[in-house]
Amino acid sequence: MTEHKQADTQQNGLGFERPLLEMEQKIEELKRLAQSTHLDLSGEILALEERLRTQTAEVYGNLSAWEKVNVARHAERPMTSDYIQTMLDDFVELHGDRLFGDDRAIVTGLATMGRHRFMLIGHRKGKTVKDRLACNFGCAHPEGYRKALQKMRLAERMRLPVVTFINTPGAYPGIGAEERGQAAAIATNILEMFDLSVPIVSIVIGEGGSGGALGIGVGDRVGILEHAYYSVISPEGCAAILWKSGEKAPEAAEALKLTSGHLLQHGLVDEVIPEPLGGAHRDPQGTIQNVRSRLETWLDELTALPSEELKEQRFRKFRGMGLPVHAAELAGS
Amino acid sequence: MAWTRFSKKKDMPGGLWIKCDDCGAMLFRKEFEARHRVCASCGYHFTLPGRERIRLTVDEGSFEELFDDLVAEDRLGFVDRQPYGEKLAATREKTRENDAMIVGTATIQGHPCVIGVMNFQFLGGSMGMVVGEKISLAIETAREQGVPVILFSCSGGARMHEGAISLMQMAKTCAALSKLRAAGGFSISVMTHPTTGGVTASFASVCDLLLAEPGALIGFAGPRVIATTIKKELPKGFQRAEFLLEKGQIDRIVARDEMRGELARLIAYATGAPFRLDETLPTPEARVAGSNGRESQAGPAGASGPAVDSAAGGDDAAPGDASRKARSNGRRKPAAAARKS
Repeated sequence: MTEHKQADTQQNGLGFERPLLEMEQKIEELKRLAQSTHLDLSGEILALEERLRTQTAEVYGNLSAWEKVNVARHAERPMTSDYIQTMLDDFVELHGDRLFGDDRAIVTGLATMGRHRFMLIGHRKGKTVKDRLACNFGCAHPEGYRKALQKMRLAERMRLPVVTFINTPGAYPGIGAEERGQAAAIATNILEMFDLSVPIVSIVIGEGGSGGALGIGVGDRVGILEHAYYSVISPEGCAAILWKSGEKAPEAAEALKLTSGHLLQHGLVDEVIPEPLGGAHRDPQGTIQNVRSRLETWLDELTALPSEELKEQRFRKFRGMGLPVHAAELAGS
Repeated sequence: MAWTRFSKKKDMPGGLWIKCDDCGAMLFRKEFEARHRVCASCGYHFTLPGRERIRLTVDEGSFEELFDDLVAEDRLGFVDRQPYGEKLAATREKTRENDAMIVGTATIQGHPCVIGVMNFQFLGGSMGMVVGEKISLAIETAREQGVPVILFSCSGGARMHEGAISLMQMAKTCAALSKLRAAGGFSISVMTHPTTGGVTASFASVCDLLLAEPGALIGFAGPRVIATTIKKELPKGFQRAEFLLEKGQIDRIVARDEMRGELARLIAYATGAPFRLDETLPTPEARVAGSNGRESQAGPAGASGPAVDSAAGGDDAAPGDASRKARSNGRRKPAAAARKS
């Protein structure tokens, strides 16, 4: 690992990674040394690797909510494009919302994964600076949501399940987005997804930013990666409003209970998909494999269901989220 | 900035006079209230408390409240500067409401419906588990009774203190609307100042008809967030009802004093019930001129004879739209045109 990267970790809230990165660097050095000097350092390397494993497990087992948010945002975390490249045997990208444009912040297309075929819809963040700009950092405009819906309807006509990958800081807040009905685009997607007669599987692979995430997130199965987050508002936004200071984002992240474990506990997601030791960015292949295996199970389960039952189960799941209590019960407690 | 307008307590001062948030005109409090918090000078529609909205909209004595005992729990143990549980209890005490949503059955000029009104006084009308549940129950009641549902929004969006639980209320309310639609039911959304965030991005934008009050701020992101993101000043009238109408986002802008008649007419179109073209609310002048300041609500439209107050319109007796336009002219400047910021 380079020094440049270490400097980065301080700025982007990944300070907890520093000792791990240093140890990884040392192991690399030892390996290089062993190779160039032909000395037998295998014992030292093994010991260090063991220590690294223990420490990584400890660090990643005790991440704060804010640290998890930063893991979810990690630049090397596998993104939709990585899943397309690695997990799929074939992908035919389909463009455009038929109304206004082709939003690159959401990618849609026909996908083959082993014996399964489906319509893939996913937020796209981009890898390079140029890519990121083109994808607007994963913040979709209304045309992105309308493209997603148009492809969902197409999937329905083709009797293909829909798989969505959620990874967005949120829907874009801009003038054009408002002019073209950002709120209505998201609302329409949510409404129409309840009416879709093919299975929908949604997986939060990184950032689950509020309505921008839910706009493609009404799934029969909703999974979330271990260190991904799903929240009603970004920690920074929440801190700015409730704490009157964006610097209180770590406190806000804690309060919002936006981590995978909490979401599962409150019945807002169906399952947490484990990440390899040290987070998805340490082992993209392993992560993608975990996601693939959950996807296969879910698609098998869901495609066996008649569409009316599918829709009814989908309705009942979301209808039951966050049931309030009666005043009398509250007084009694 | 316009955004802060409704958050101040100054729209409910104890004094005799009130300063208009928009044009700065000094308004005589009694007259202001008789006009249901619409500025006599510029037509600015102040945020209306939930109970007053219901009184103004439905036939007198027809409102039967439902699900009023639902209350929220602090499931996350959310603490900012105060624990959410304490904040809830204090707000319940202060507002004498259990949460930010009031729903029930009623008639509007004789037409039965289910009505739901968000109450901005309760934590900014924010949508959490109670609001989401009551909206869904209102929609389901309308479905069971075979009557239209009318939802007035007035909200800053999802309630952060309930985390992703409040986010999922967007899905819950849309789920209920999806069922209503499949069953052939009918829904009307009325967006009032302000309607933003998760409320706009869910049920409020996907009802069958979308209405808005003049000058209402309606949007996905708040203007402050947008201005900060794009680092530019926002265009004049941005995210106001008139802007949304021009951009094709809503069906109609309806002034507060015409809302009742307009809703009755639209319900009649939806249900196939007959309606009378001359049945609209009396003009504000007629109300102010009336002896008590507070007018009596017009009787049910199904009853014989014209609505009680319709004669008070004097030479505005022309039926339907013509009379509406005649009344609007000259008295009410379009709110956006009068707006400064």
